[in-house]
Amino acid sequence: MNLKTNEYHPSLIRGLWALTYRELKKWLNDPIMLIMFILQPLIWMGLLGKSLNIQGLFSSSNVNLPPEIKIPGYAIIYPPGITQVVLNGTWLSQIFTNIGMNIMQKTFGVTDYFSYMAIGMVSMIVVTATMFSGMSIVWDRRLGFLDKVLSTPVPRATIIFSKILNSAFRAIFQASVILALAYILGLQLSSTFTIINIIGIYAAIFLLSIGLSSIFLAVSIRATRMERPMQIVNLIVMPLMFSSNIFFPISMMPEWLQPIASANPLTYLTDAIRQLTILPLDISALIIDFIYLSVFAIVLSIIGIVLSWKYLVK
Amino acid sequence: MEEVIRAENLTKVFNKNIVAVDHINFSVYEGEIFGFLGPNGAGKTTTINMLTTVLKPTEGTASILGFDIVKQANEVRKVIGVVHQEYTADEDLTGYENIMLCADLYGIPRDIAKKRALELLELVNLIEFKDKHVETYSGGMRRRLELACGLINRPKILFLDEPTLGLDVQTRAAIWEYIRRLKEEYNMTIFMTTHYLEEADALCDRIAIIDHGKIVAIGSPNELKNSLGGDIITITIKENVDVTNIIYGIEKVKDVKKENGNTYKIRVEFGETITPIIIDTLRQKGYTIVRLLLSKPTLNEVYLEYTGKAFRDVEESRESIIKQRITLRRARK
Ligand SMILES: Nc1ncnc2c1ncn2[C@@H]1O[C@H](COP(=O)(O)OP(=O)(O)O)[C@@H](O)[C@H]1O
Ligand SMILES: [Mg+2]
Repeated sequence: MNLKTNEYHPSLIRGLWALTYRELKKWLNDPIMLIMFILQPLIWMGLLGKSLNIQGLFSSSNVNLPPEIKIPGYAIIYPPGITQVVLNGTWLSQIFTNIGMNIMQKTFGVTDYFSYMAIGMVSMIVVTATMFSGMSIVWDRRLGFLDKVLSTPVPRATIIFSKILNSAFRAIFQASVILALAYILGLQLSSTFTIINIIGIYAAIFLLSIGLSSIFLAVSIRATRMERPMQIVNLIVMPLMFSSNIFFPISMMPEWLQPIASANPLTYLTDAIRQLTILPLDISALIIDFIYLSVFAIVLSIIGIVLSWKYLVK
Repeated sequence: MEEVIRAENLTKVFNKNIVAVDHINFSVYEGEIFGFLGPNGAGKTTTINMLTTVLKPTEGTASILGFDIVKQANEVRKVIGVVHQEYTADEDLTGYENIMLCADLYGIPRDIAKKRALELLELVNLIEFKDKHVETYSGGMRRRLELACGLINRPKILFLDEPTLGLDVQTRAAIWEYIRRLKEEYNMTIFMTTHYLEEADALCDRIAIIDHGKIVAIGSPNELKNSLGGDIITITIKENVDVTNIIYGIEKVKDVKKENGNTYKIRVEFGETITPIIIDTLRQKGYTIVRLLLSKPTLNEVYLEYTGKAFRDVEESRESIIKQRITLRRARK
C-alpha cells in the first residue's frame, strides 16, 4: 500500500485566502447586499448625523434676539446710578455665537457636531459589520459546511481567521462609504489631514475589527442555534456604543462611566480616526490609541485561535 | 486483504448522557464498499464524523490506513475524502468554484487542481453546469457535485454519509451508478452509511447493521440473509397427496411445512441449487408441479431478526433534525 499520499501541503495562507474569498464573494458579488451596505450608512447619516444638531443649540438663531435689548437699572450694579442700558442685539448674538463655538470646541474639539458624529458613525458601522461573524459560523455549522472544512487538512485557525478578515474588509468598505458621504455632506477636515492619514484610518479599523469579531466568534463557536449569537449581539452592542466617545466626549460623562469608557476599545478607534481627520493631530494621543487597539486585537485573536483549536471539534 | 479502517471500542457520548455510538468494533478492507445500515438516529453520522476527524471519540479509537484518528488527525485528513449527509457546497458559488475551494483547502497546486476539477465534473456529468451557481442545481446534481468535491484529493478512502438521502428512486439509482464507477475508476475503498435497505443491498460488499449505537450484525448482504436460515421455496403440486416426507428426505432441506391446498413451504440454505433437485425428485416420483416460487429473505427480515423491531427511526436531537430538513428541502429541488 502506498502511504506516501502527502504530496500536498495545505498552507495557512492558501487556505485562509480561499475561505476569505468565499466570504467576500458572498457580498461583493451580490448587488442587493452591496446596496444595503451603502444604504445603511446613508440612512444613519441622514437620520443621526444631520438631525442631532447640537451646535444649533448654541447658535444665535436659537436664542432669537430682538434688535434692541433693554436692561433695567436695578440689574446693573456698576457703575451705580444708571437707570437703563440698551444692548445691540446683533452684537450680542455675535457674542452668543462665539460662546457657543467655544463650548463646542471645548467639549468636542471641533465646532460642528456633524463632523464629530460622522466619525462616531464610522465606529458604529465597524461594530455592526463585525457582529455578523458569529452568526456566519453558526450558519456554516448548520449547513454542514463547517464539517466539510474540518474534515480537510486545512489549518483550523484559518476557519476563524477567514471570518475575522471578512468582517475587517467589510468594516473598511462600509467605513469608506461613511467617510465619503460625510465629506460630501460637509465634514470639516482639520488642517493636519493628508491623504496618507487614510492608511492610518484603515489600520485602526482593521485592528478593532479583528478584536471585535474575535469576541463575536468566540461566543458562537460552539453554538448550534442562531439565537445564541443574536442574544450576545443584543447584549453587548448598545452598551458598547453608548459607553464610548462615539456620541459624547468622555469628559462629559458621569464619573462612574468614565473608567468604563476609557477601557472601551471603541473609544480608542473613534479617537484615532478623529485625530486623523477632524482634529488637529496629536501624535502622542494617536500612538496611545494604536497601542491600545493593537493589544486588543492581538489578545483577542489569540483567544480566538485557542478556542478554535479547542472547541471547533466537539 | 489489507485492513484500511479499524475501529476499536469506538464510542461517542454527547452531553454526558446521549450515547450515540456505543463501543463498536469493525474492520474495513481495501477495495470494498462497506456499509453502515441503520435508521435515523442510530449513530451512523456520528461514526463517520469520528472516523473523518470532525468529532473526537469519547472512548476507544480507530485508525485509517494505520493513522490514529485523534493523534494523527492531520494525516488522516489528507488520505480521505468525505461526502457529508448535508449538501455542503456553497450555494453562492458555482460548481467549479466549489471544487476549487476544496482543492485550496487541501493545498493541491492550482494547475493540477484545475485539470482535476474539470475531469471530475466531466465524470459526474456536471461539466455543462460548472459555471452555474449551485443554488440552481437539483438534488441529484448537488449530490454529484459533493461526490466530485470529495474526490479532489484522490482519496484512498471515501466516506459517504447517506449519499442518496431524499432523492427519488431514479436519481438514487443514477447515484449508485456513479459510486460504482468512481470506485472502479479510482480503485478506492468506500465507507458509506444509509438507512435505505435496498441501497445497502445493491451497493455494499459488506454491511454492519447499527442500532442504538451498537453493531448488531456484520457480514455480506448474502451472509446476513443466509444467517436467517436460508431461502423459502413455495411449491404447489397437482396431486392430492402429502409429499412432506419425500421433500424432507432431500439433502439440505431444513424444514417443510404443508399449507392449505397442495402447497408446501420449504426452507433451504441455498435456494438456487436445491430447487432443481426438488423438482427432479418430485418429477421422478410422478408428481406434477403447477407452481413454484423461490424467495430470498430481504434485509428487512434480517433487520427485524437482529434488532427485534421493524425498521423505524428513533428520536433525534434538534440539531440533526434541522440539518436533515435543510438537506431534504434542497434534495427536492
Ligand atoms: N451534536 C449532537 N449533540 C447531541 N446529540 C447528538 C448530536 N449529534 C447527534 N446526536 C444524537 O446522537 C444520536 C445519533 O445521531 P446520528 O449519528 O446523527 O444518527 P444517524 O446518522 O444514524 O441518523 C441521535 O440520537 C442524535 O440525536
Ligand atoms: Mg445521519
